[in-house]
Amino acid sequence: MTDQDQHISAKLTFRHGVHPEEYKELSASAPIERMPFVDLYTLPLNQHIGAPSKPIVRVGQYVRRGEMIAEPGGFVSVGLHSPVDGTVTAIDLFDHPNGQMSPAIQIKIDPFSTQQLPKPNLPPVEEMTYPEFINQVQRAGIVGMGGAAFPAHVKFSIPEGKSCRYMMLNGCECEPFLTCDHRVMLEYSDALLDGTRILYQFTRGEKVYIAIEANKPDAIQKLKAAVGQTDLPLEVVPLQVKYPQGAEKMMITAILGEEVPTQKLPLDVGTMVSNVGTIAALSDYFRLGKPLIERVITVTGTAVRRPANLLVPIGTPMRQVVEYCGGITDPNPRILLGGPMMGMVQKNLDVPVIKGTSGILILTEQEVRDLDTYSCIRCGRCLDACPLFLNPARMGLLAKNGLWDEMEEYNVMDCFECASCSYVCPSNIPLVQSFRVAKSIIREKKARNKNV
Amino acid sequence: MADTTKTIISTSPFLHDQATTPRIMWEVVFSMVPVLLAGFYYFGISAVLVTVVTVLACLGTEWVFAGDKRTILDGSALITGILLAFTLPPGFPLWMAFVGGVAAIGMGKIIWGGLGQNVFNPALVGRAFLQAAFPTAITTWELPDGRYLEARGANLALPFFKDNTVDAISAATPLAKMKFDHALTPWWDLLTGNTSGCIGETSAGLLLLLGLYLVARRLINWRIPLAMALTVVILTSALYFSAPQQYPPPHFMLLAGGFMIGAVFMATDLVTSPLTPKGVWIYSIGIGILIVVIRVWGGLPEGVMYAILMMNAATPLINKFTKTRVYGH
Ligand code: SF4
Ligand code: SF4
Repeated sequence: MTDQDQHISAKLTFRHGVHPEEYKELSASAPIERMPFVDLYTLPLNQHIGAPSKPIVRVGQYVRRGEMIAEPGGFVSVGLHSPVDGTVTAIDLFDHPNGQMSPAIQIKIDPFSTQQLPKPNLPPVEEMTYPEFINQVQRAGIVGMGGAAFPAHVKFSIPEGKSCRYMMLNGCECEPFLTCDHRVMLEYSDALLDGTRILYQFTRGEKVYIAIEANKPDAIQKLKAAVGQTDLPLEVVPLQVKYPQGAEKMMITAILGEEVPTQKLPLDVGTMVSNVGTIAALSDYFRLGKPLIERVITVTGTAVRRPANLLVPIGTPMRQVVEYCGGITDPNPRILLGGPMMGMVQKNLDVPVIKGTSGILILTEQEVRDLDTYSCIRCGRCLDACPLFLNPARMGLLAKNGLWDEMEEYNVMDCFECASCSYVCPSNIPLVQSFRVAKSIIREKKARNKNV
Repeated sequence: MADTTKTIISTSPFLHDQATTPRIMWEVVFSMVPVLLAGFYYFGISAVLVTVVTVLACLGTEWVFAGDKRTILDGSALITGILLAFTLPPGFPLWMAFVGGVAAIGMGKIIWGGLGQNVFNPALVGRAFLQAAFPTAITTWELPDGRYLEARGANLALPFFKDNTVDAISAATPLAKMKFDHALTPWWDLLTGNTSGCIGETSAGLLLLLGLYLVARRLINWRIPLAMALTVVILTSALYFSAPQQYPPPHFMLLAGGFMIGAVFMATDLVTSPLTPKGVWIYSIGIGILIVVIRVWGGLPEGVMYAILMMNAATPLINKFTKTRVYGH
């Protein structure tokens, strides 16, 4: 916010949305640091959407950094690798950031562990077939790094009858506070472009867009300059600074001016969307032989002493990550995984950083205190905020009365929980909060009906 | 159950926009101060007395009956009180004004379940009640005359006594002059407010400015005043240009009587107007049509109040049938 004049003017965007304060200055200019090794790593088998990975090591076994320790448990599943040289000490239930106990592999580091990776024994990616490439991406354990952790190879597989006309690299990072994608674009731009080249070799298509919100002028400039050096049909598109600009559908609408039909995927409008970190991970794997064993996360918030962007080995306990950043300054902090708009509350810091962790956000008690709730005054602000043109006011009223079927008629299932409605509601009604509940109830009901 | 609320409260988002409901209400209250000052300028202390009494009546009623006492401070009852006063003649008996305030909150808000639950604009409910209960007093008008510190008209009349000191002369409002004598009030007087009429309705120019301010601050929906004005202008232009001797000119319809205050402060009430843009258009055009119909063909000179109340009644239905087009559908 401070360098308004530095902002690059951008007209492209979607309709509606909100403008929360950005708070990016806390960590935006902090270069990516490598998080030092710690003693013990915990690697849950279900860090991605889909079937859990299947362990292929036993307790007591010595593993090398980058060695596969669990293989994909199905097509919608990925491999898992050790982030360090060390010994498997347990395969058991451990605390998972999702709040449950989940099976995980625990590895005790070999004190002599280095950053060394085993020599890659892959054929050059240029000689691979599409199915071989997909198979390798799956083995590399690569998932969407934007937060959803959907297996990347599934996204990269183009179903029969569909084609990928446009590829979009998502560098919007519209959540306040988070800056890891920003730093990745600045510091790993070579890997990003190389990863793009690797993927483009298979998907082809007319155009590759790199979408960046206009509040990251340095990244826009850097990538614009780099794009000039390649022979790919690349274009850097600055987008208006507006939340939730980084949501897949909103980004597609901003760039193509088209809506993604309800319940359809980006590929149904010929588009493949990937987070910039995911694409950079392709280059790491295919050129350096490094599977997804570490990722860049932002540790930030007004209650953390030294906000930073860190390259953290997967499996590092969050407590140690936070300690590395100088610790917490508030006696009663609120800890979130992800950004303040969609992030999840984390009560327990004794859980590992996983592939879907984009940020650890620590806010003071003061900032997150609950505001007074009033009745809906039908001001319509939530309708003007909802990027999907839903009617949150109406759905909120229906939710209060438990009228789930009526909520479905108001298309609550389309809601992707961006929280713009709750953000603007002057009566502070828990809109998105109740939609989450409603959606899961409706989903359960459907599943039950199917079984009967 | 307690557990559910807790999880709801402790889930994202953890950022919130600056605007809160009390803040919105208070900003509307402040925007009405200039209107009150204009009322004082034209009608002296009487304007202030009536306003104070209706406000006290509204706050008192809210205090006694509302389940949630925070509503005293959230500004909403204050708005109702001030708006009700704006729709009353300056010389209105104060005790009747008090009754009106009680009716506004009691019948207009409390019986519906409080803030946000009511279908009708509470201030207009109070005004409609007074119109039915005291038809003579509410149509007894004063001219602006520069008497600042004198309570005028029947302000100080005692409840239920015939007050002989009241001079029975009523200064006809511009709308009455038009309706019954086909006499046109100069547009400059309408714009500045130098006519007889209700405390807050006479200065059309000031109301227009405040309307623009409220739109700019996004406190009212711009579609409502715009659609109302366009509807009235289109309909009355058609009438006027077909038979100028018979019908009032369009600018007169906008500037005279309660149109401006209705369009800026009454019809735009958040709670009682529709939610969706499409619904808002229907609602506002409906009000515009009803105003013209009542003013031109009805028995009364003024029709803004009933027009708004009627469309308030239709609002739940409008909300039900104007669904927004959802993204990707
Ligand atoms: S923003 Fe809140 S108060 Fe306003 S209409 Fe929506 S739910 Fe009601
Ligand atoms: S209803 Fe859903 S999609 Fe719409 S603003 Fe609220 S959370 Fe976002």
